[in-house]
Amino acid sequence: MNDIPAPQPAPATATGPATIEQPIKASVRHLSFYYDSYRAVTDVNLDIAERRITALIGASGCGKSTFLRCFNRMHDLYPGNRYEGSIILRPKGLDIVARNVDPIGIRMRIGMVFQKPNPFPKSIFDNVAYGLKVRGIRDRRLIEERVERALRQAFLWEETRDRLGDSAMTLSGGQQQRLCIARALAPEPELLLLDEPTSALDPVATANIEELLSELKREVTILIVTHNMQQAARVSDYTAFMHLGVLVEFGVTDQLFTTPREKQTEDYITGRYG
Amino acid sequence: MAATAGSAALRAGIQRRRRWDMLFSVAGLLVMLVAVLTLVLLFLQLAIDGLPRLNADFMLNFPSRFAERAGILSAWVGTLLVMLVTAFVAVPLGVAAGLYLEEYAPRNWLTDIIEINVTNLAGVPSIIYGLLALSLFVYQMNLGQSIAAAGLTLALLIMPIVIVATREAVRAVPLSMREAAYAMGTTKWQILAHHIVPYSAGGILTGIIIGLSRAIGETAPVITIGALTFIAFLPESPFSSTFPFINFKWLEAPFTVLPIQIFNWVSRPQAEFHVNAAAAGLVLIVLTLAMNAAAIMLRQRYRKRINW
Repeated sequence: MNDIPAPQPAPATATGPATIEQPIKASVRHLSFYYDSYRAVTDVNLDIAERRITALIGASGCGKSTFLRCFNRMHDLYPGNRYEGSIILRPKGLDIVARNVDPIGIRMRIGMVFQKPNPFPKSIFDNVAYGLKVRGIRDRRLIEERVERALRQAFLWEETRDRLGDSAMTLSGGQQQRLCIARALAPEPELLLLDEPTSALDPVATANIEELLSELKREVTILIVTHNMQQAARVSDYTAFMHLGVLVEFGVTDQLFTTPREKQTEDYITGRYG
Repeated sequence: MAATAGSAALRAGIQRRRRWDMLFSVAGLLVMLVAVLTLVLLFLQLAIDGLPRLNADFMLNFPSRFAERAGILSAWVGTLLVMLVTAFVAVPLGVAAGLYLEEYAPRNWLTDIIEINVTNLAGVPSIIYGLLALSLFVYQMNLGQSIAAAGLTLALLIMPIVIVATREAVRAVPLSMREAAYAMGTTKWQILAHHIVPYSAGGILTGIIIGLSRAIGETAPVITIGALTFIAFLPESPFSSTFPFINFKWLEAPFTVLPIQIFNWVSRPQAEFHVNAAAAGLVLIVLTLAMNAAAIMLRQRYRKRINW
């Protein structure tokens, strides 16, 4: 783990350089994203710490989801998208948003969980095994092993071990979301993206997911967009606050929530707007 | 006092507006009954006239100039074979075209024009298809007045229905499903094969069956390309006892279909033939209703399996 090349320090912004003690999983440099001529994300510089949880917070429409979706090139599905700058995935040094990089290859290495649970209308087993199927893995034993592991990681194994053949649609909302997490984990992604994963869930299901994220970060780097500031404060190690497409402040979560450097951040976390 | 007076007026107002609810639902019910009753009466009339004539002999006899000996063997075999050709051509082409337009085609002026045309084609009178087919299939491609020509004509006729149904079914697959699949690193083809087609199969199948049940009753284009009205033989069997066990000679055979047989019998002066026409009509309508019932059942089954 020590042979990871030392990343370039993030360039100083108005907020000062962000300090991360941890190895870096991904470095965002001067990233801007456009829908046609509209710029939704502006010149973001940010480092994502390996096997830590980084939260993206900000008001609706601040570009945090748009920013997150740059990481697996989801925008490529729709016309009129344009990326500027770079997201370097370490340790291989691959630039995620480079035009000549195949988005399919990117999505095979980076998992994503969406706001609304969206399991496929297939069996529980087939949902979790799907990423392996896409990769052409046929070895039944290996698939079963990985499915069980992913379901255990998502705290869903005990509830589903006897009904893996049932349709995923028979699960409750919270279970479906954990299934989606298991589905993303089965192919062993390097980075897991979560786009407001608990906003459609009740408080108990939310607590379950938060607990599972804290366990998961031992194995995988997590980037989570959340609407809920308490959630960011509870689960994340680092927090980035965005406003109108600009990264206003980035820092260690405790610090950002107790002693924000920026006035805007303070206004947001104390509920003065948003 | 004022309050009760006010609430009495309020209640009267609500009553008055409720009356319109009543009035409209009664009117709607009446209009619907007219439509349904007409269909039921028509069906009953056919059944009363035709049912006594409907027996094994009627199904297994060729047409004859004696009404009591005439049957619909060549007509229903012709209908079946023509439908076979139609399905074989219209289903793969229509479904593929629908999938392409919805999933692969770029959005530009060319695809806009194609889209408008496909939708318009669904409304073109069927006789026009007959005229087109007459010059294209019968003369240009030298298919003659054959089962192949009729099957291709009807395939053209129902292709827009299949395309539109396919597109609608595909469009009903929620965006969240596509994004979920794309996020797993799938290619477009994998999304089609693993998700879009299986999830929209119910809708696509329904469209296919509705298209075929439209084709089965079409008369005008088939007459135009010159289907015969008196056929006293069957086309060669599609199966043969020697290798390769299938045989395509039947494609070139002259033919007749049920609607034409009915048309022929109705236009005769003798009342006995009219009874034959009613019986044949009964067979046709039962076929069509059965296909529609199958479409509804398929839709229900798929809907139960997939609830977004």
